[in-house]
Amino acid sequence: MGRELYRAIIDGILYGGVYALMAVGLTLIFGVLDIINIAQGILVVLAAYLSYVLSVHLHLDLFLGLLVTIPVMFVLGVGIQVLFMRRLRGRERTSMSLLASYAVMIIIEGILYLGFGPDYVQLSAPYVNSSLHVLGFYLPYIYLYGFGMAVVLVAVLYLMLYRTTFGRSLRATMQDQTAARLIGIDINRVAALAFGIGVAVTAVGGMVFGATNAFNANSGYDLISRLLAIIILGGMGSIGGALAAAVFMSVTEAIVDIWSPTWSVVVFYAALVLVLTLRPQGLLGHREARAQ
Amino acid sequence: MSGDPGGQLTAGRWRAGSMLATPNSRGWAVAAVLLLIAVIFPQVVTNQVVTQIAVDTMLFVAAAVAWNLFSGFSGYISLGHAVFFGTGAYTVGIAAEKWHITGNMEFALLPLAALAAGVVAVPFGLIALRVRRHTFVVVTIAVFFIFQLMAFNLKITGGSVGISAPFLTWAPETFNIPFYYMGLVLAAGVALLSWLIRGSRFGLQLRAIRDDEDRARGLGVRAMRVKLAAFVISGVVTGLVGAVWLFFIGQVLPQYGFDPIFDLSVALMAFFGGFGTLWGPILGALLLEPVEQYLTLQVSNSYASELVWGTLFLLVILFLSRGVIPIAGEKATARRARRERRRAGQPAAAPPTAGSAGTALPGSAEAGAPSGRSTR
Amino acid sequence: MTALLRAEGVCKAFGGVQALNDCSIEVEQGSIAGLIGPNGSGKTTLFNMITGYGRVDTGDVWLGDRKITNLPPDKVFGHGIGRTFQLTRVFSRLTVMENMIVGAHHSERTDAQGPRRFRNPLARAGGPATRRRAMELLEFTGIADHAGALAETLSYGQRKLLELSYVLMAGPAIMLLDEPAGGVNPTLIGTISDRIRQLNAQGTTFLIVEHNMDFVMGLCDQVTVLDYGNAVVSGPPEMIRTDRRVLDAYLGTAEDDDDDD
Repeated sequence: MGRELYRAIIDGILYGGVYALMAVGLTLIFGVLDIINIAQGILVVLAAYLSYVLSVHLHLDLFLGLLVTIPVMFVLGVGIQVLFMRRLRGRERTSMSLLASYAVMIIIEGILYLGFGPDYVQLSAPYVNSSLHVLGFYLPYIYLYGFGMAVVLVAVLYLMLYRTTFGRSLRATMQDQTAARLIGIDINRVAALAFGIGVAVTAVGGMVFGATNAFNANSGYDLISRLLAIIILGGMGSIGGALAAAVFMSVTEAIVDIWSPTWSVVVFYAALVLVLTLRPQGLLGHREARAQ
Repeated sequence: MSGDPGGQLTAGRWRAGSMLATPNSRGWAVAAVLLLIAVIFPQVVTNQVVTQIAVDTMLFVAAAVAWNLFSGFSGYISLGHAVFFGTGAYTVGIAAEKWHITGNMEFALLPLAALAAGVVAVPFGLIALRVRRHTFVVVTIAVFFIFQLMAFNLKITGGSVGISAPFLTWAPETFNIPFYYMGLVLAAGVALLSWLIRGSRFGLQLRAIRDDEDRARGLGVRAMRVKLAAFVISGVVTGLVGAVWLFFIGQVLPQYGFDPIFDLSVALMAFFGGFGTLWGPILGALLLEPVEQYLTLQVSNSYASELVWGTLFLLVILFLSRGVIPIAGEKATARRARRERRRAGQPAAAPPTAGSAGTALPGSAEAGAPSGRSTR
Repeated sequence: MTALLRAEGVCKAFGGVQALNDCSIEVEQGSIAGLIGPNGSGKTTLFNMITGYGRVDTGDVWLGDRKITNLPPDKVFGHGIGRTFQLTRVFSRLTVMENMIVGAHHSERTDAQGPRRFRNPLARAGGPATRRRAMELLEFTGIADHAGALAETLSYGQRKLLELSYVLMAGPAIMLLDEPAGGVNPTLIGTISDRIRQLNAQGTTFLIVEHNMDFVMGLCDQVTVLDYGNAVVSGPPEMIRTDRRVLDAYLGTAEDDDDDD
């Protein structure tokens, strides 16, 4: 029993890292643009399919493939922002952007179905099925690599946000658009790049997700609901909160999974609802300003 | 001019100002004609494919109006209304199975669907309505997924096999017609309710919440109570729609009972016609649902129809986000204002009022009027 | 003279910033009280604490004999405290008349044909009596011509008047005005102070936050000065004008400077 519990916790942390990466992208987009990108889940699936195409048809190693998929996803993200999100103006802008990203999700889902059909596929590579044997635990390499990449990328994002000029303008925009514009920050450029970066991280998330799960175009729903739950739980716009919530979710799920695989996900959502009743602003979020 | 006639005058203008949002005598005439057409429709058109689409359309009119009654009036966009739809459908399905109810007796279960949806709506609302804007939307999506997951995993819902409704021994040629009228009654009923609410103090408080919730609270509006009441009413109607839908279709699977496309469709219909208006969701559903059904039937590949649907949705959001009705209403008001200005000898108060209502009616320029005009 | 509104030892901190520090004020029944102080001295925070837009850390707020500490805004309003906001807030997509009817919520109970135990929740908003009263108030503030227009079409000054009007609909015992003269033209400032005086003569008590010294000194019977979240001194305008502590806290550093950055 105790062993199983440790195992679940280790699995949860490893997998939580990957979710954290996808969720950080989502929360970054929210923080800068005040947009919830509902398409994030299907973009992860799209990235997984891209990796799949590269590895099956071009025999490219999954990690090498990232050199292709990351730029592709980045450009796609910039494109979505420039073509759709930027056009939305006026009072209902924020709600509209949410619906627009929902529409983008459905379109991408339709395209993926047309292209790949409803059959489940999974990425494969030598390190997907082999494991590292440590202290009596078998740790699949893909989880270790995925976790490692997630940690590195989150660290890179963090450094970018807090140590570069671009990061400073990004954070300025997160805090106050008007003020940022006044001090000469090109809001449109920052917005496009933030959206691009937020989507680019799905390339890594998608690869690891695709290697550890069988997926089809329908998998986006499950992903986005988890990601949304993570960023609400962590507090919308909080990067640290997203990290904590992602790991919390994965660990909870892995532990409950020991007893009942079907209910593991529900327990996480139930935890979310419980947290929200006690702390509507999420674990690390700030209460939305009430007066003024 | 003493106080009272002045009040009358402005009350009249107030109606004209919110053009088509509050039915005047012309609105009533349009409603009567539409209703008449709707009532005689199945007597004239007997093609079963068409009447089947008509049933779906009526159900969606009811669902879209119910959605708008909460989301459109209060500004809280719910993407979790499928929770009520599915709850309604599953409730009557499970009840019929457990209590061995067969044939026409199944319709006696409809109040149960309303009750179940209402019972779900209270805690759902109490949790979700504590947060606003994006967070609210996201919480509704999360709750929606909890319900879908439960439907897949619980024993009582039949898992991925779903639940079947009692078999109806009706003649196939006329099978659709009672369902059509049921849908019509639901749609007309909720439209009437929506009109009553919009004009009532309850509706005014909802719209005040949409504009500035904190300010409304500072004027004595018990925001939580008002929002929750609208949420429950909206949920109950959606639950009824789900129940009728189950009897019509005969079977509910988790992914269709709790269908993300349902959430999106009702929102799309309301936005297309005019978010927060009375006629918007009706018009949106009447125009869009037949298109969707036609696509589903014609395009053998359901994924292609999904693609078309998504694209249509995106186009509406980008170019018609203010809705067909507000855009048309704005043009009509502008035309009327021009006509009124031409007419001489108006009382002193009229020109500024008419002028301001005409130039700046819904949304003003920043809401994207130019792009709205550039589309078909 | 009895105090209608009292705040006693109110403290409120936002993170590490002590916005209100043991702040006590009293507003006498029937008076026009002023609340001044440098920016960031806690004036708006105090308004928020009184009207339920935030919870006090310690201290109490009293309306007459009734303790109203930390009641939600709708309850506070129900007990007879109306307020306006520094950045004027009207319901932009409602017409001016509809804005008025939202504010009438509480008074409508006694509207029209006598007491009724059950009120139809779907009855049309705003009975004839309510509308008549709304028109009277709009005429009083001078925006009656716009009754049918959407509030978003009003100018900034007109919005200020609308906000004042709809709060008046419920006939509050005391009005808290947050910078009623801020950002409006001198003519309108004159109108606003006239209206306040008239309402006061009819029995409404006022508590006014304002940076415009002429406005405050000309209108108020009693002025309280806040500094660092604490009420430093309180007294009639002529006394405030000459008080050393006030000069130190406020006028000494920013006399007639209108530093509302």
